[in-house]
Amino acid sequence: MKKHFPPLPQMIIIFFILALLIMALKINVTASSIINDLIVRLILNCILVVSLIPMVNSGAGLNFGLPVGAVAGLLGMVITANTGGKGLSGFIMSVAVSLPFAVIAGILYGRMLNRVKGREEIAAAFTGFSFVSIMCLFWVVAPFSHPQMLWILGGTGLRNTIGLKDFWGKSLYNFMQFRIGEIIIPAGSIIFISAILLLLYIFSKTRTGMLMNAAGENESFARINGVNIGGMRILSVIMSTSLAAAGTCIYAQQYGFIELYDAPLMAAFPAVSALLLGGSSGKRIYLRHALLGVVLYQSLYLLSLPVANMLLVPEMAEIIRIIVTSIVILYALAKKSDQQGDSV
Amino acid sequence: MRRINPAPLFFLALSLPAFFFSELSLHFVVNEVIIRIIRDSFLVFALIIPVTAGMGLNFSIIVGAMAAQAGWIFMLDHKVAGIPGIAGAAFAGVVISVVCGYAIGRYLNRVKGREMIATIIIGILGAGIYQFIFLVGYGTFIPASNRELLLSRGAGIRNMVDLAPYRNIMDRLLLVDIQGIQFPLFMLMLTSAGAATLKIILSTRLGQKFRAVGADRISAELAGISTDRVRVQAIILSTVFACLGQIIFLQNIGMVNVYTAHMNSDIFSCAALLAGGATIREAKIRHAILGIILFHSLYIVTPQAGQNMFSNAALGEYFRSFIAYGSIAMALIINIRHEKKV
Repeated sequence: MKKHFPPLPQMIIIFFILALLIMALKINVTASSIINDLIVRLILNCILVVSLIPMVNSGAGLNFGLPVGAVAGLLGMVITANTGGKGLSGFIMSVAVSLPFAVIAGILYGRMLNRVKGREEIAAAFTGFSFVSIMCLFWVVAPFSHPQMLWILGGTGLRNTIGLKDFWGKSLYNFMQFRIGEIIIPAGSIIFISAILLLLYIFSKTRTGMLMNAAGENESFARINGVNIGGMRILSVIMSTSLAAAGTCIYAQQYGFIELYDAPLMAAFPAVSALLLGGSSGKRIYLRHALLGVVLYQSLYLLSLPVANMLLVPEMAEIIRIIVTSIVILYALAKKSDQQGDSV
Repeated sequence: MRRINPAPLFFLALSLPAFFFSELSLHFVVNEVIIRIIRDSFLVFALIIPVTAGMGLNFSIIVGAMAAQAGWIFMLDHKVAGIPGIAGAAFAGVVISVVCGYAIGRYLNRVKGREMIATIIIGILGAGIYQFIFLVGYGTFIPASNRELLLSRGAGIRNMVDLAPYRNIMDRLLLVDIQGIQFPLFMLMLTSAGAATLKIILSTRLGQKFRAVGADRISAELAGISTDRVRVQAIILSTVFACLGQIIFLQNIGMVNVYTAHMNSDIFSCAALLAGGATIREAKIRHAILGIILFHSLYIVTPQAGQNMFSNAALGEYFRSFIAYGSIAMALIINIRHEKKV
């Protein structure tokens, strides 16, 4: 039985977070506001990070093509907003409308990934980049008509950011929300996200779910036992893409804006980094890794904000985030290569 | 059997109609393309050695670009003007590039087979550290002697720094005008010198080692080549080339967007190289030159073509960034598939 100490990089991050926490509390940031902000940041990012899990477990690698799913989510939201969706039903509809697009994109993207087996990451990253940039063309020419979504001058082309205040901004967050003292508990959001996580957990216990994990853990063994590896991988890509689309809808709902054009271009990197920070030590990633990772990643960002402001350099928080994000991914890449022993 | 790479034809097929619809004069486009050859050739050359050494497209050339920007800022900070300033910036940049290139090369030896995704993330990390040094460090823990460079809060370099003391000094040397088309001969000679240097490097023993490692790493190791060392050397040379490229690029533009000038230098350079018919396994100097001409012709005419055809210039801009990302994605997908068949 191995000892249950977190690995070294996580320890460093945890100590760093503790140091930031002490500094933040010293400059009169209240504990309750930290907790409230953390809950909001978890709602924003949780599903986006979890969306990476199916693809890792089926052996299709880290989904650097997350923008593919994110763009499907944006498309669903823009269509819903154009038809006048409002309130909680508008939010639910935006998720529902984006799912078919995510499934179609996932099938094509999954087939492409099957052709580049073993080198998925770089191919996925550039598929994501290309998809975001071709959709920029679409946002300009698409025949949407809602005046709150179009540029005020000229009247053609969608705006860079579309405010959701008059649509369904924060509708899920405000649904069934209650307070314990100073702390805001957004029960609606928590139930919605927990339901998605529960469905994923149940799926991993089904026959298909187990076969999918088997394909990732030992491909040749699974193949001998008649598992359709290509099919499993495509299914996992569809799941990841759909989750990314749903995650984007949740993000926009909570954030209050739909961000189009270049906004999703780099979306994959923070999510991948948060997942890796959860510290799974093998080919298999469990939900608990993703959740731990997103908590650590977001608390780091959250706590560095007030400290950076205190130092009068507000950009500092973002810079720390970028540096931590990339170091975590680079560390994980090197560790993965060590395990596979390709460093001959 | 030799297969013809369709990429140059594809770019030609896109550029010609776009040029026609843009209604720009041929003079203008030719002048612009000459400027782009001067600005971008070194950055594209920087990609050739890692491709030859079998490491794929080196997206971390933006680290070299940032080293060049750091060199410029040091020179401005110490108020060294004119040719000595250019030389000083190049020297400082090259020193930083060698150090960074060594570190990147060492790291890439640990992630063999996934160098490309690693170099993208190294680029992001490099940009983070660069921002930390110049946005947070300057004026706080790094003393700044030229206060004019600083933001009003006293810490951090301003977003836009003027290179007026150096602007176009080199461009104006031996500038020849033939019927309205301007040939900055000195710069073209410099570009040729860069190409010649690269050619010489590739034909020396070191160049043969690059090719041997690129063709088959295991056999190269068995033949007594220290492959790890060769790969580190490839990345150092690539970073230095990129640094010199960005020095030339910025002296031509005449100012530094301190926090954005390096962005996309990797994507556009890679797209240009691939447009010229290179693959992620094979790249030659002629691919680089042809690629810059084709990619940048398209790049120059698309906004105007978009304006004239759809009365929307943004469309052309989005289209060209799609072409850049899309051509890299296509090259990766086709090459990786092809590689597996062999």
